[in-house]
Amino acid sequence: MDSQDSGVARPVLEGPDIARVLTRIAHEIVERAKGAEDVVLLGIPTRGVFLGQRLAAKLEEITGRKIPVGSLDITMYRDDLRMHPPRALARTDIPGDGIDGRLVVLVDDVLFSGRTIRAALDALNDIGRPRAVQLAVLVDRGHRELPIRADYVGKNLPTSLRETVKVQLAEEDGRDAVLLGAKPTAPAGER
Amino acid sequence: MMRHLISAADLTRDDAVLILDTAEEMARVADRPIKKLPALRGRTVVNLFFEDSTRTRISFEAAEKRLSADVINFAAKGSSVSKGESLKDTAQTLEAMGVDAVVIRHGASGAPYRLATSGWIDASVINAGDGTHQHPTQALLDAFTMRRRLVGRDAGLGQDLAGKNVTIVGDILHSRVARSNVDLLHTLGAEVTLVAPPTLVPVGVEHWPCEVSYDLDRVLPKSDAVMMLRVQRERMNAAFFPTEREYSRRYGLDGDRMAKMPEHAIVMHPGPMVRGMEITAEVADSDRCTVVEQVANGVSIRMAVLYLLLGGNEPAVTHTRTEEK
Repeated sequence: MDSQDSGVARPVLEGPDIARVLTRIAHEIVERAKGAEDVVLLGIPTRGVFLGQRLAAKLEEITGRKIPVGSLDITMYRDDLRMHPPRALARTDIPGDGIDGRLVVLVDDVLFSGRTIRAALDALNDIGRPRAVQLAVLVDRGHRELPIRADYVGKNLPTSLRETVKVQLAEEDGRDAVLLGAKPTAPAGER
Repeated sequence: MMRHLISAADLTRDDAVLILDTAEEMARVADRPIKKLPALRGRTVVNLFFEDSTRTRISFEAAEKRLSADVINFAAKGSSVSKGESLKDTAQTLEAMGVDAVVIRHGASGAPYRLATSGWIDASVINAGDGTHQHPTQALLDAFTMRRRLVGRDAGLGQDLAGKNVTIVGDILHSRVARSNVDLLHTLGAEVTLVAPPTLVPVGVEHWPCEVSYDLDRVLPKSDAVMMLRVQRERMNAAFFPTEREYSRRYGLDGDRMAKMPEHAIVMHPGPMVRGMEITAEVADSDRCTVVEQVANGVSIRMAVLYLLLGGNEPAVTHTRTEEK
C-alpha cells in the first residue's frame, strides 16, 4: 500500500473473508451454469488473473473436473488509451480450446465505472464468440458509468468517490485484503 | 527517449527491454484467428521508401495493419521524387495530409534524422534503414530473436542479453545492420565481436563498443549467436577482396564451421541471403538458422515500436516507465 494513504486505509475484507467469498461465488457459478460444464474463466490482469485461478481451483474441487482458466489483457481496448502514455501490455492467455460456444466468466477485483469490462467485451469480440459472457468481481463499489452489472459479486461496498478501494492478493502483494481508504487530494482515476 | 526512433544508440536498456517485452505480447496476436488490435485506430502511417526493400516494407505494413492504423505506401520510384521533388517538399506534402508517423528508408545516411529534427513535420519518424548508418528495428528484432532462443520466451521477459557473445561476420563497412546491432547489443549487455576482412571494417571501429577479429574460426567456439551479413555488391565501388570464392572460403559459414559453434548457438541473417557466398545452403536450411523466425519476429517488434511511439498521448519509451495498477 502506498505510504500516503496507508494511515487511513481500513480493511473491509481479510484473508479468510476473501476465501469464503470465492467459495460462495464458485458455488453460484456451478448453480447458475448447471454444473459449469462449458465454463471458461478469464481473469483481467493484474489481480483478476489470480482471482480467476483461485476460482478455477474451487470449481475443480466442487465439480471434480478441470476448469479452463486464462487471462485477458484489455490495455489496447481501453477508451482512455489516447489520454495517457502507452501502458505496458499484460498477458492474454486463452485456454487451448478457445472460447467459441462456451460460457466465459470474466473475473476482476473491483467493479467501478464499468469501463474495464466494456473494454474486456471488445477484446473478447476479437478472440471468438462465447455462448454467453458473465462477470464475477470480488468487490462492487458502485458508481457505474456504463450499463454494466456483475453476475457474481463478492461484496457490495457502497463508497463515495472520495474513497479508494484497493484489493491486495498474496500472489502480488504478499497478503489478502480489501482496503477502503481516503483518496489523496488529486483523483487517481479508476482502480 | 523521444517521439522518434532514429538510432539504436538512442535507446536505453530499459527502453529496449520494454520494446522486447511488448513485442513478446504482440507475437501472441499472430496465433489468434483475428490478428488485429485496435491500438492505432484512426492513426495514419506513411511508409516512405526511397530505397528498394521488400521485407522491411512488408513487415512494417503488416505491423501497421495489425494495429489497425491507416497505411499509405509511398515508393520513390514513379513518384514525385523521380520528378525532382526534395525530401523537404515530400515531407511537407505528407504533413499537409495529416500523417501521424513516417516510416522512412533512405539511401542517404542521416535522412531520417533530418526529417525528425528539421521542423518540417510533426509526425513521429521511424528509421527503416538509412544509407550505411542505422536500421534500429532490425537490431531490435535480432535482439528479440536472440533473447527468445538463448534465454527463453517467458524466462526472457524483463531480461537483457547480459553475458551473451554475439559475432557479426561480413560486410561491416556498408552495414547499417551491424552498426545498429553493435549499439543495441552493447546496451543490452552482450559482448559483440565483428569479423571481416580488414578492407570491410570501417575506419574508427576502435571507438565502437565491440571487439574486431579477422579470424572467424577462432571466434566461433565462444559465440552464442553468429550473424552473417550479405556482401552488399550494390554499394561496392572498389575491390574489397580478391575473389568471391576467397571471401566465401575465409568468411563464409558452412557446415564444418557451424560444427565448431557451441551446441546451443544460433545462426542469424538479416536477409536477403546469398547462398553459396556468405552462407551455404546446408547452414541456411538447418534448425539453428533463425532467418525465417527473424522475419516473423520483425512484425512483432515493429508492432511494439509503433504501439509504444503512437499508442498513447505521448511516447511510452522514456526513462520513467509508467507502471499503473
